[in-house]
Amino acid sequence: MRKVTFPHMGYSHIAFKQLIEDMGFEAITPCHPNRYTLDLGVRYSPEHACIPFKILMGNYIEALERGAEIIITSGGVGPCRAGLYGMTHEKILKSLGYDFRIVVFDPPLVNLWDFYWKLRFMVREARLSWRAFIDVIKRAWDKLKLLDEMEIKAINLRPYEVEKGSTTRAFHQCLQIIDRARTRKEMEEARRECHRILEKVPKDRSRRPLKVGLVGEIYCLLEPFINLEVERTLGELGALACRGVFLTGYTQTDVLGKGNHNVRLLAAPYLNQFVGGHGQNSVGETIFYAKKGFDGVIHVAPFGCLPEIVAKGVLPKISRDLDIPILTLTLDEQTGRAGVQTRLEAFVDLLYQKRRAKEVKGFGTLLPGYRCGLCQH
Amino acid sequence: MERGRKLRIGFPRALFYYSYFPFWQGFFNRLGMEVVVSPPTTKGILDDGTREAEAEACIPVKLYHGHVLALKDKVDLLFIPRLVRIDRRSTFCPKFLGLPDMVRASLPDLPPILDLKVDERTSPGEWWPTCRAIGELLGIDSFLRLWSAYREGKQHQKAYEKLLYKGYLPEEALAALRGEEVEVPPRIKENLNLAVLGYPYQVYDGYISWDIIGKLRKMPINLWTMEMVPPSKLYRFCKHLPKQPFWHYSVLVLGAAYYYQQQGVDGVIHVAAFACGPDAMVNKIMEIDLSQGSNPTPFMSLSVDEQTGDAGVATRLEAFVDMLLQRRRKG
Ligand code: SF4
Ligand code: SF4
Repeated sequence: MRKVTFPHMGYSHIAFKQLIEDMGFEAITPCHPNRYTLDLGVRYSPEHACIPFKILMGNYIEALERGAEIIITSGGVGPCRAGLYGMTHEKILKSLGYDFRIVVFDPPLVNLWDFYWKLRFMVREARLSWRAFIDVIKRAWDKLKLLDEMEIKAINLRPYEVEKGSTTRAFHQCLQIIDRARTRKEMEEARRECHRILEKVPKDRSRRPLKVGLVGEIYCLLEPFINLEVERTLGELGALACRGVFLTGYTQTDVLGKGNHNVRLLAAPYLNQFVGGHGQNSVGETIFYAKKGFDGVIHVAPFGCLPEIVAKGVLPKISRDLDIPILTLTLDEQTGRAGVQTRLEAFVDLLYQKRRAKEVKGFGTLLPGYRCGLCQH
Repeated sequence: MERGRKLRIGFPRALFYYSYFPFWQGFFNRLGMEVVVSPPTTKGILDDGTREAEAEACIPVKLYHGHVLALKDKVDLLFIPRLVRIDRRSTFCPKFLGLPDMVRASLPDLPPILDLKVDERTSPGEWWPTCRAIGELLGIDSFLRLWSAYREGKQHQKAYEKLLYKGYLPEEALAALRGEEVEVPPRIKENLNLAVLGYPYQVYDGYISWDIIGKLRKMPINLWTMEMVPPSKLYRFCKHLPKQPFWHYSVLVLGAAYYYQQQGVDGVIHVAAFACGPDAMVNKIMEIDLSQGSNPTPFMSLSVDEQTGDAGVATRLEAFVDMLLQRRRKG
């Protein structure tokens, strides 16, 4: 059985593991990034590469050590570094002496032919019929959707939890249940089970959590290890963190086609150009949240990230013009958890003060249960 | 604007200045406008840029902000095009794509900015669509006048490129076009052949590169740069890569590395821009590819910032050249 590995991003590995296994390969599931992964990645990556590159590097090396023979990853179109990840990883790993094959799936819209050949290679290797393959893909997709659904639910419930950390515990329980479910029927059961588990967590519904928009680079948004669990920290500080970027959304808009149109229109007065990655989205989403009356926005970006630097260049102006506080978290291998925690606490304090001042002045604030509509919760 | 005075267009001496200035000078002059270029980089200009620009940006982009500041009170219009694609094969770095937006958001009280988009994919015809748009904005409705200005720009650019291919460096070629006496050192057979590759705005800005070029000119070497080879050729030399790199200048740099490797130069120096995202990748790819294969080429990557210091750069260059000389003597 060929051993296949893939990048780790958020909780997607649960779905990808299933995909690979259903195709008849042995999945070498990348481990959750940790200090060790990062150190390994940093050692073998160019010094100024962005942090996702380094983490992936660490993950690949670990997987290759565990015997992986094929790496499957996605490429990118844009003028951003992600598009060169595959090739650079390959060159570095090969120069380290690893023997493997890397299959980089670029968006089919860019080069359909190339996409087809790579797909064909995988299907042949798997000895599957196309029909069986499509079924496998569909189930993996359903699983991604399920993962998103639960994550969104957990984010929305966390600010109300009575005991700190209880939602996160319940959510991790859910992840295990989802991981075990394979057939459609099992997945449906898992879905119901997870909802039940999350709803059972004791909550205080009288709270009125702050509404904070999370924008920024996708890998940082989705990978709790890199963002030092921003969402969880915020939730436990009593703030509801909304974000527009989720796994399924990413696959739909970025891997399959072009990005989110409306958000780009919103961004136009400040940044009238797609700059790769999620730079323009960060700007557009910030404006979106500001217009929806959110209390604040947190912008997470890897240190040196090209599109996000452009975004950072214009965000201060947006903050002034639209009167919305923005906190920028720049993440790299040196970012410390304690520092981030303090900054988040200070930011949340500031937002509370601001809200109180507004209430005194008689502006309405968001009602509990208010929905933003960007993520589908 | 008072009557009779020429419209002054500001052109910062940074980023694409080294690649496309002759075209724009020819174009604007023919339209009866004056092109004002910011002075060569000084400490003051760089410091201004560093203070005002986004802290995480690369040095060349910060420097661009500094040059805009140096110009803003002397001109009626600033020319900061949004370069997206100038040919079908590459896209500029994201910071070029967002350049006008970044400049506008971080610098207050600027004169109006000509921030037209140049995108070969959506509006083909190289600079022509941009020229048309400029004509529209400035109220020049005579097609013929615009076209002749465009032709004039093209001629200037062609003359410039011809000089580059002949072995002039950008500053020397620009001086020659202005009609100054320029002497380009002849190539000597016994000298080392050294390719110095990097983004033109990093390599030829004497201040931020600690005058690498000037220092090398004093050594017994023949200098080769990527501007001496037509871009179409450089593109071809990138073809063998499994994935085409897409940033305009990076493809050229990589292509030049492979080209000069094939030409059998004695060594390659890559002058990386400080805090440059693309270079982090390009540098690694180049290092691996030059050191492997049938004819490995000695390679040095030079990433310079304010802390490196003049002496630091000189020592590193000398050490590398010494190493190449020894290598030649041995083999
Ligand atoms: S979006 Fe940023 S972090 Fe991601 S590849 Fe591009 S530069 Fe790196
Ligand atoms: S290519 Fe590098 S040096 Fe040039 S603008 Fe982009 S980040 Fe800056």
